Amino acid sequence: MKFRTLAAAAVLAAIGAGAVIAADEPQVVRQGMMKSVGGAMGALAGIAKGEKPYDAEIVKASLTTISEVGKAFPDQFPAGSETGHETEASPKIWEAMDDFKAKSLKLGTDADTVLASMPADQAGVGAALGTIGPNCGGCHEVYRVKK
Amino acid sequence: MALKKLLGGIVVLGALGAGAFVFLTAPERLPAETWAAAGEPDLANGERIFHAGGCSSCHAAPGAADDQKLVLAGGLALKSPFGTFHAPNISPDETAGIGAWTLSEFGDAMKRGTGRDGEHLYPSFPYASYARMTVKDINDLYGYLKTLPKSTNVAPGHELPFPFNIRLALGGWKFLYLNEAPRVELANADETVKRGQYLVEGPGHCGECHTPRDMLGGLKTDQWLAGGPNPEGEGRVPNITPAEGGFGSWSAGDIANYLETGFTPDFDSVGGAMVSVQKNMAQLPKEDRDAIAAYLKAIPVR
Repeated sequence: MKFRTLAAAAVLAAIGAGAVIAADEPQVVRQGMMKSVGGAMGALAGIAKGEKPYDAEIVKASLTTISEVGKAFPDQFPAGSETGHETEASPKIWEAMDDFKAKSLKLGTDADTVLASMPADQAGVGAALGTIGPNCGGCHEVYRVKK
Repeated sequence: MALKKLLGGIVVLGALGAGAFVFLTAPERLPAETWAAAGEPDLANGERIFHAGGCSSCHAAPGAADDQKLVLAGGLALKSPFGTFHAPNISPDETAGIGAWTLSEFGDAMKRGTGRDGEHLYPSFPYASYARMTVKDINDLYGYLKTLPKSTNVAPGHELPFPFNIRLALGGWKFLYLNEAPRVELANADETVKRGQYLVEGPGHCGECHTPRDMLGGLKTDQWLAGGPNPEGEGRVPNITPAEGGFGSWSAGDIANYLETGFTPDFDSVGGAMVSVQKNMAQLPKEDRDAIAAYLKAIPVR
């Protein structure tokens, strides 16, 4: 009985440790970051399209997420993270790291610019998406391999 | 003696058979009266069809941006299991492009895959889709193409190994795969769905990538828009039938929005070869994107 409990605990600990290790892998971290930007863009688009009511807190939180990711994202591409975990990162990232960084940082600074003059209504959020949105495709078309 | 006669008979029969094949599958031209009533082209509609067809995605110089996409100089390399095709110059230049072609010559290329010199064109030029286009749209499109800038670029020839370099064999391909029949029969389709069907199955030629192909490169039409391996590299072209757990979770509004903005419902951005397709679709009137979305929700799940 005691042995079985111990064994079960050991298995759980091992699974937990495995999950922690996987979550720390840069490929997984950056996928999570992109998903959070997608979520933030979705929240803003819902407001811009009038599907959700304007909510200043949500707009601010979404823009802050996009700003933070834009700035931290390029740090998640250390040597050795070129493949694995179904990464869609293009090898071009490592060939042109400076340009890749600049593109990502621009997403962050564009979000900051919008934040500085906080969109006050549905139309303002729509305009903000027009500023921020092109960064997505602009970077993906060069540095993301769609599988 | 008997053997000789027999052999001779086989040779004669073989020659007759080959002759019959060439005769029966000769490049076809549409009757002149097809185009007689076409009249003055509607250039605005021609531009609309130009974007629906995505002509510039293959015929503009690779990497061309903005205004340069209207210079249809050719040169894009299309890799396939049969070899590499190079899109030709279709700018209105009289020698390097198609500026000297008549409407019927252009129409025969679009609807029958027949070149100006009476040769079979390769189906990398998606005439097996364009065959469904109306005479009016082809006339309007040709009128619009004539307004675009000329280019003197001469694109490289196709790089195809034997036996794919034999154009005569394409007659057999057309016999099997070239027709104007609808890809799917949709009962009770309203005008919007019908418009979507026309755009997707005809000028939009969506099935050329989104439908899997058989060993001879013909579309497996029973797998219409079911997706398949990416002919140009790794990954897969997605299934865009309304399949549960897949594309079926997209609403018609999601599809139309994706074609307009390039964002999926969870705000991933459009990728791969679809990037240029989406940019073209964004140029269409909203009603056309809505029609495409309505059609994609109406087709059978594969």
